[in-house]
Amino acid sequence: MAKMKALVCRECGKEYPTKAIHVCEMCFGPLEVKYNYEEIKKSISRRKIQDGPQSIWRYADLLPVEGPTFLGPHAGMTPLVRAKNLGAYLGLDELYIKNDTVNHPTLSFKDRVVAVAITRARELGFETIACASTGNLANSVAAHAAAAGMRAYVFIPGDLEAAKVLGNLIYKPNVVEVEGNYDDVNRLCSEIAGEHAWAFVNINIRPYYAEGSKTLAFETVEQLGWRTPDQVVIPMASGSLLTKIWKGLHEMKALGLVDDVRTKINGAQAEGCSPISTAFKAGRDFFKPVKPKTIAKSLAIGNPADGYYALKATAESKGAMDMVSDDEVVEGIKLLAQTEGIFAETAGGVTIGVLQKLVKQGTIKKSDVTVAYITGNGLKTQEAVSDAVGRPHRIQPSLVSFEQTFKIGKHGRGDV
Amino acid sequence: MANIRVHIRFPEDKIKEPVIYQIGHEFKVVTNVRRADVRETTGWMDLELTGDSTEIERAIASLRKKGIIVDPIELNVVE
Repeated sequence: MAKMKALVCRECGKEYPTKAIHVCEMCFGPLEVKYNYEEIKKSISRRKIQDGPQSIWRYADLLPVEGPTFLGPHAGMTPLVRAKNLGAYLGLDELYIKNDTVNHPTLSFKDRVVAVAITRARELGFETIACASTGNLANSVAAHAAAAGMRAYVFIPGDLEAAKVLGNLIYKPNVVEVEGNYDDVNRLCSEIAGEHAWAFVNINIRPYYAEGSKTLAFETVEQLGWRTPDQVVIPMASGSLLTKIWKGLHEMKALGLVDDVRTKINGAQAEGCSPISTAFKAGRDFFKPVKPKTIAKSLAIGNPADGYYALKATAESKGAMDMVSDDEVVEGIKLLAQTEGIFAETAGGVTIGVLQKLVKQGTIKKSDVTVAYITGNGLKTQEAVSDAVGRPHRIQPSLVSFEQTFKIGKHGRGDV
Repeated sequence: MANIRVHIRFPEDKIKEPVIYQIGHEFKVVTNVRRADVRETTGWMDLELTGDSTEIERAIASLRKKGIIVDPIELNVVE
């Protein structure tokens, strides 16, 4: 029997075949993949996973693809860094950074979800893959499509920064610059997805695409020696990543890969776009859409598709949510870089800023085993920190000039 | 005949307005509410609009003019 049972409506529970559909015809609720856990349980084991490839595909039994051929073969299995310096600074005994700044091939966690989406799209017979994006997702779709030899369409708002446009053009997808604002692009893409037989990764392929995020939970548990952490801090855009990490942890328990899920799920947003965190702090089970205004552009989703489910998962886990200002985002990026040598994009600054807040509030305790998810590389958002990192020391090309600037002394250590 | 699925959200001051009736009355569109949550201070609906594309466009423009937030059923898809 197949490991995928059906697509199921998250609201009314109606089931559908595992095709390229994403909305329930009955109630318009979102669809997600329902697995045959009894069947999966018969073959999955810690040993089998450990003997698998060094990529997300070691967890293929829990991903919505048929296999055995997978596209995006190198995504995932990024380092879980024991962050001793940052932990000591914050007052945490056991802090880890799940470092997706080095994910393959485009340096963000999107390589996980796109690898799953494009594999499933190919299995469903699509020849064209598409997405609507302002950054990481577009990069990942364009790169994966190039490697897979698939046609790609990447829709971007007309006012996107030149560097980000270039990051897509290099892979030679069809980059479509839409004249209009975010809402215009959003609506156009929803309409195009309904008109063309394309695999729109975050529209009609979304039920499969989103499942790729679970691999962050699987890897964390395996890399911790088959333990679930006490606390995790997760950046939120659509809220999907948070809900899928929660789902992934519970799947591991259901399959006997871990004894218990003791994890508190904490969500992080930037103040300039914090519909989910604001709702959580106000004790509401619904969020109000906002117009984003933050430097954390990879998290700037004002009307998040999974916002409601993220609120639910966090409440179930007895976790928390918070938000930080743009200045705190920059400080968070610098702190992570200067303590652990990891240069994160702005979403990483949000995660570290909120982690710091939750520790200060006493929500995360000194002895809690804590994992912070760093989802993208700082080289992609250099403009966010360009005014906050100082300048190089300019000297004349002489030893005297160097010694005058650094005052090191013959055998000593020194600084300016 | 076109068929469009939208998610609409009411700001607090629009909760009492019969906007669904109004667009059905003013434009040649059939409105079909599939899921909704309307409370004292906020409310949303998942709505199907059927009719000529131009009429649907006009109905959506009218909703927006009234201060209603209209998004695709998938909400924000630009990531």
